[in-house]
Amino acid sequence: MSELSTDLNKNVMEKGDSFWQGVKDCIPTLLGYLSIGFAAGVVEKTAGLSMIEIALMSLLLYAGSGQFIAAGMIAASHPVSAIIVTIFFINSRHLLLSAAIAPYFRKNTTSKNLITGALLTDETFGVAITHAQSKKQLDYKWMLGLNIAAYLNWVLATIAGGIFGQWIPDPERFGLDFALPAMFIGLLVLQILSQKKYFTDIIVAVSSGIIVVAASFFVSGSAGVILATILSATIGLVISKWR
Amino acid sequence: MSVIIGSAIVTFIPRVLPLIVLSKLEIPEWGINWLKHVPVAVMAALLASELLLLDNKVSFQENTLNLLSAIPTLLVAIYTRSLLGTVLVGVMTLMILRFLL
Repeated sequence: MSELSTDLNKNVMEKGDSFWQGVKDCIPTLLGYLSIGFAAGVVEKTAGLSMIEIALMSLLLYAGSGQFIAAGMIAASHPVSAIIVTIFFINSRHLLLSAAIAPYFRKNTTSKNLITGALLTDETFGVAITHAQSKKQLDYKWMLGLNIAAYLNWVLATIAGGIFGQWIPDPERFGLDFALPAMFIGLLVLQILSQKKYFTDIIVAVSSGIIVVAASFFVSGSAGVILATILSATIGLVISKWR
Repeated sequence: MSVIIGSAIVTFIPRVLPLIVLSKLEIPEWGINWLKHVPVAVMAALLASELLLLDNKVSFQENTLNLLSAIPTLLVAIYTRSLLGTVLVGVMTLMILRFLL
């Protein structure tokens, strides 16, 4: 009997959470990262990187803001060590994303979690954590579909930027630069609506926004994001204890 | 080339380490509760830096059109709960505003 019910459970999981469902759930994020990836490819090309280096940068580094900064610093001929340290700080917010998603991947092997983590980005994190609201665990195959769709989209977008960048005038004219903030608005709203803890969540969101703006006077942008996340998540913890 | 490989390694480690370690550990309840606030906190921080900052400096003037576009985008997100719809409306709003103004 218990065997039957786990079989049944497995079937339900696979139906709702297949690899292809993960790919489909990635679609809303594609436009934003297509335009940013394209821009990253253009910047990397102008910084003097070859097409192979552009492709490797996306395949191995796979991080939007990191790639922009790396290109900028390469162009300004900063020492290798300085570039690597800067990239580490910019991408260290992944520590928080990776930690926040860990409770949903308890049942997976270390090698599967290695793959899930290696491809984790702001947008796949946002989609996954919203998807996780109604469940205790996230499906590895679903996450893989989501991650690989985002990964391929990014790699192809940067390569396209490197090849065609010089002939395409100002993509800002079409409002594409708003795809990313719009995606963050969507992810934030979906997250708050699904958690139904409006009071706490809105205070957390507003304080995070205020802290990131205040922090911009003192520290770099990426440090500001990390600081705002840590402080406002703590504010959220304190409020939910009190209420 | 060494820049690419070095940057890739320092990006890879913070991505995988917490996931691998924390998925095996028993995290205390307050830790889980703290982590539950991270998604809203990080998305709000990323959104605020996209909408209010330019080169890490506060700039309302440069961001006026983006801030205006954020209003219908926010409403669409609340009423439709569709991520794709939200992105499309946001992009079209900014495109229209840039054509008009």
